[in-house]
Amino acid sequence: MTINFHLSNDILLRYSSGTLDEASSLLVATHLALCPHCRTRNALADSLGGYLLDSIEATPVSPDMIDAVLAQVRNDAPPPATKPPSDAAAAAVIPQPLRTYLGGDIDALQWKRLAPRIHQIPIETADRRSKARLLRFQSGLKVPSHGHNGRELTLVLAGSLCDRDAVLFRGDISETDERTEHQPHAGPGDDCICLAVTDAPLRFNSMFARLLQPLFGI
Amino acid sequence: MVAKGTLLGDARSKAAELAECISQIASDRSEAAFEVLFRYFAPRIKSYCLRLGADASGAEEITQEAMVSIWRNAGQFDPKKASPSTWIFTIARNLSIDRFRKSRRPQFDPDDPALVPEDQQPPDRLLETVETEEKVRTIMQSLSPNERNVLMLAFYENLSHSEISRQLGIPVGTVKSRIRLAFAKIRSTLEAKDGADR
Repeated sequence: MTINFHLSNDILLRYSSGTLDEASSLLVATHLALCPHCRTRNALADSLGGYLLDSIEATPVSPDMIDAVLAQVRNDAPPPATKPPSDAAAAAVIPQPLRTYLGGDIDALQWKRLAPRIHQIPIETADRRSKARLLRFQSGLKVPSHGHNGRELTLVLAGSLCDRDAVLFRGDISETDERTEHQPHAGPGDDCICLAVTDAPLRFNSMFARLLQPLFGI
Repeated sequence: MVAKGTLLGDARSKAAELAECISQIASDRSEAAFEVLFRYFAPRIKSYCLRLGADASGAEEITQEAMVSIWRNAGQFDPKKASPSTWIFTIARNLSIDRFRKSRRPQFDPDDPALVPEDQQPPDRLLETVETEEKVRTIMQSLSPNERNVLMLAFYENLSHSEISRQLGIPVGTVKSRIRLAFAKIRSTLEAKDGADR
């Protein structure tokens, strides 16, 4: 598997600094599970945090703190020698941590019909700044042409998605902002399954799609 | 705000000393080694929490929790993958998100069967992470104190450009150009690494 479309530096730095919202962070983590290349970049972004910790000023802490910490850990039981076995079969399609958010792997999902040939599963996050959903498009389906009031991140997990002259496969990322107008469509063959994160409602261009928008909730 | 840049050699020997302390906690439960780590990191973690907007008692609590977590997870620290400061930064960051933002920061699971492993790497690849980390540090040290300051405010506190401008008393345009310049330097490091495996 070769991934051609990676995380932007901006998203990666925000994930690393801890300022990225939960839904987008879920998408980043899922991409990282699929992309060794971005795992290396992520480790570098974290090292920026390490550097900044070295160069930050020192604020004195309470003089009792070290004793309190030692008192807390002195009676620790030795750590378990082995990690608990993973919950998944060797053939999991959906990587962690997304699998936990969804409550199971690809065969266990409870899809809800959103429109003809489009199904979705909304994903609950504690953080309301943005929304994550899993979408399934039947092959060849054209998503109505739309723009964005905010940012949209899409991660393809199965099938393929054609978007603005590019074809995206498993692991690939598409990042759009308020300047983007696009009409992605599912590629031929298997259904296209992707994780989509939006931080503001989409802006559909056709009157018909706009009327339906409150019903779809996207 | 930002400590005067130390020479890279000093930073390297400091990192080696701190890494040795972590391994002594893991192997011998050495309280003396823990004390060295504590003196260096606890006051820095507290500053970090304060910058994120915690009040003094919240910052103390997170710092204490982070130090407990460092002790308990010392065996998982891998000096080939990250410097002690980077590893401890990630611990403090994750605790802060849980506590202050009441939010989660999903992370991949390195043992997940669905994880796509690295391609077969040349044997020297493991050294590279630490070397590249050093390169990032060199670049950060080459920034002017002003550039570093702006970057810290953006990275640690997620302040908007206009908030940074107010806090430092400099025009928004200057904030933007400093961030652009600092990011461009870091980006060139991140991407120099990219080229080969794309």
